[in-house]
Amino acid sequence: MQAKGSRGAPSLGALPFLFIVAVLLGLLPCLQPNPMLVSEAPHYPAVISGSEPGDVTAAPLDVSQAIRPLTNHTSPGHAKSRKAFPVLGIDYTHVRIPFEISLWILLACLMKLGFHVIPSVSNIVPESCLLIVVGLLVGGLIKGVGESPPILKSDIFFLFLLPPIILDAGYFLPLRQFTENLGTILIFAVVGTLWNAFFLGGLMYAVCQISGTGLDHIGLLANLLFGSIISAVDPVAVLAVFEEIHINELLHILVFGESLLNDAVTVVLYHLFEEFANFEQVTVTDIILGFLSFFVVSLGGVFVGVIYGVIAAFTSRFTSHIRVIEPLFVFLYSYMAYLSAELFHLSGIMALIASGVVMRPYVEANISHKSHTTIKYFLKMWSSVSETLIFIFLGVSTVAGRHYWNWTFIISTLIFCLIARVLGVLGLTWFINRFRIVKLTPKDQFIIAYGGLRGAIAFSLGYLLDYEHFGMRDMFLTAIITVIFFTVFVQGMTIRPLVDLLAVKKKQETKRSINEEIHTQFLDHLLTGIEDICGHYGHHHWKDKLNRFNKKYVKKCLIAGERSKEPQLIAFYHKMEMKQAIELVESGGLGKIPSAISTVSMQNINPKALPVKRILPALSKDKEEEIRKILRNNLQKTRQRLRSYNRHTLVADPYEEAWNQMLLRRQKALQLEHKMNNYLTVPAHKLDSPTMSRARIGSDPQAYEPKSDSGNLPIITIDPASPQTPESVEDLKGMSRLPPSPEEDEEGLVMRVKESSSPGTDDVFTPGAGDSPSNQRMMRCLSDPGPQPEPEEGEPFIPKGQ
Amino acid sequence: MGSITLEQIEHLHRRFKQISGDQPTIRNLRQAPDGLADEINFEDFLTIMSYFRPIEMNMDEEQLDHFRKEKLKFLFHMYDSDNDGKITLQEYRKVVEELLSRNPHLEKESARSIADGAMMEAASICVGQMEPDQVYEGITFEDFLKVWQGIDIDTKMHVRFLNMEPIAHCH
Repeated sequence: MQAKGSRGAPSLGALPFLFIVAVLLGLLPCLQPNPMLVSEAPHYPAVISGSEPGDVTAAPLDVSQAIRPLTNHTSPGHAKSRKAFPVLGIDYTHVRIPFEISLWILLACLMKLGFHVIPSVSNIVPESCLLIVVGLLVGGLIKGVGESPPILKSDIFFLFLLPPIILDAGYFLPLRQFTENLGTILIFAVVGTLWNAFFLGGLMYAVCQISGTGLDHIGLLANLLFGSIISAVDPVAVLAVFEEIHINELLHILVFGESLLNDAVTVVLYHLFEEFANFEQVTVTDIILGFLSFFVVSLGGVFVGVIYGVIAAFTSRFTSHIRVIEPLFVFLYSYMAYLSAELFHLSGIMALIASGVVMRPYVEANISHKSHTTIKYFLKMWSSVSETLIFIFLGVSTVAGRHYWNWTFIISTLIFCLIARVLGVLGLTWFINRFRIVKLTPKDQFIIAYGGLRGAIAFSLGYLLDYEHFGMRDMFLTAIITVIFFTVFVQGMTIRPLVDLLAVKKKQETKRSINEEIHTQFLDHLLTGIEDICGHYGHHHWKDKLNRFNKKYVKKCLIAGERSKEPQLIAFYHKMEMKQAIELVESGGLGKIPSAISTVSMQNINPKALPVKRILPALSKDKEEEIRKILRNNLQKTRQRLRSYNRHTLVADPYEEAWNQMLLRRQKALQLEHKMNNYLTVPAHKLDSPTMSRARIGSDPQAYEPKSDSGNLPIITIDPASPQTPESVEDLKGMSRLPPSPEEDEEGLVMRVKESSSPGTDDVFTPGAGDSPSNQRMMRCLSDPGPQPEPEEGEPFIPKGQ
Repeated sequence: MGSITLEQIEHLHRRFKQISGDQPTIRNLRQAPDGLADEINFEDFLTIMSYFRPIEMNMDEEQLDHFRKEKLKFLFHMYDSDNDGKITLQEYRKVVEELLSRNPHLEKESARSIADGAMMEAASICVGQMEPDQVYEGITFEDFLKVWQGIDIDTKMHVRFLNMEPIAHCH
């Protein structure tokens, strides 16, 4: 079993390790203190007041448990012989809760790790199934040891485990496809779920009435409640399974959007039937009120989300000085939106999605790149861990819960669930296809029906039922778990081969190109115009109106500074430039040129224009001579200065050093420049400079010293006596005058050079009106969330020590 | 291009009459330096509108392909203002400038650089590697088709003819 091969060893080695962790978890509850020492709630205020000083924490019960042994020891200690001072003690109860939580999360992450180390299994079985199996095993272990394994409490699920997943989904929702298919999604979510709930509930009631099954005591309302719990498609399960099969975007957004939006329906139906189960009769007013509450719940949820989203966007406008906590604003506002909605029994999921969608474009325009990355990765991390935990706990809860198995009920639930889903999808698609341009083919319909997975939301809702009204809760729970297992295991495992078998279109992996963006925008404008001509208030018309409103009013309020006026195309282009520049730097800059970048250069498409721009404009002969003389003079002087150094002048002259570095860099950059001329998309010098200088400097970061005089280099002279402060570099923008210096004699030499392409210049300061947007952009790149102050204009963008 | 139903033709005719003010032709279109007619009659109107018909389910592969090409050809002519069968860099630049023309703050430089970048990308898609001395004249129709391969033109370029009401909304 030991090192079979270098590849086999890690995977095989991981398994025992993982199980050791699992066993540890199971044994943990054994470390609970002796029940004799457990004090009851009313006692501990007194106990705490009598405790040792320095022992007081705010923690509940555990503290009293910890205190009791101590007091037990010390008080008799006064009377009897003293115990020796405990050098090492164990006080598990003190850290019990955080410790166990951390261990569970650690287990979840290790499991995830383990699955990816063993690729063969994860190709066949989706991760969610494996996690449930692990949960079953751990639950079994814990039970085997004799302790009772923890059950997934609904509170923990709804308040802590679900929000990260939904926020991740909402924040990164592909808005374009979502809005294009919104009608379809809404119909599936609302009408589909209602159909499922009533169909299933009604049929189950009929089944219950069949004599001989012992189920007569379950009333119609109870069955309808059961139906409403089990009929909702679960976003967590859908995400978990669909993410791995890379299906085309349309189907993905349809099923996923449906799973998100049906939360409102589920919430309403659940509360409705729960309330009604107490009444003897259901009157018409109740039904009308129920209908009304649906609108209140869904629209109210969206409204709450929008409010919080706008507030978050507005807050982010002012965070330019405290970049560190920007991500926190996004998370907190969204979470508050969720909690506020749940406070009023509105749909928390819809609030969360609405806030994420609303805040995203404005927040992203305001925050720094690092914050953006932080948000992205934190959301992905949290949602991933949440998902893993949910599935593991599902497994554990299965082992832990009380079950009541009734063959008729459960099997018929399963069958009717499937039938209801299929019929619902078929019927709705027939209706929807009459209004859609892109019809849903039977293949699509099959995938949509097959992708209706149930998951932990159904389980948690079932768990919330209380026993007094619903005595058959255990049976319900068993049935719910069975359906969940069936959908996740059977449907989850088989969907991938089925997708391949039916040759369903997969996700296209093409990168968005600038051409596509231009064409799509052009088409948008064109279609808006055509619609206007036809007099038809279509999709494009409203979208255009919304965009105009957005640009005119909303963006001004919510986006800081210059960015509010940036059109979408420009923003997109900047993003692409950045990507290319980063790619170039990462690929090693000087060395390799990545093959992805084409060899097409400006010369290919515009042979006349380019070569002229790239070279310095022709200088007259004598001016050239002058320049050469200056250069020679200065170089000599520098070398002289170097030679006269002795130990007493050891304090490094930063300007000298910078000059040397600059020379070095200039050489290297010249080489790079030649290559880059041919390979980068080369816009005009204004937009070009940041990119190119970024790439240049990126290859040699150490060469750059902040606050150094490097800004002086376009000018030939450096006066070490009068250091140029960064502010005065601003003057160089005009590049027209050299700073007066007593030593040299080139005053008045005006070098009107187009500095864009000459290497070694600090191209961070690009002249002209394009200044503020590009500098602002750069400020956002540079904004370093560190202890040092915000780099002002004039500092290089790779701060020292980075 | 398939057939438009009589009903749709009636709708369009009513709309045409509204726009043109009951004249046989629509006049005073925006004047372009070359090529653009300053008035169109109903037949032209109908032809242009027909490019925006949604695709039908019962078309076969060949018809779909033909349909798609027709739509793309229409778009191509919109880009290619001098009708020489190629979209040159200048024409492309003009298109991008117009796209961004709503922002008075924007300088021409940005528009130009975007157009240059896009052109280079198109060149690299269509021709691949190019020597420094080769010149890429412009985007021909075949190249245009290649660039559009990723985008689903049939589904995007349509207007719903079904529920068109001739709402009185002349400018």
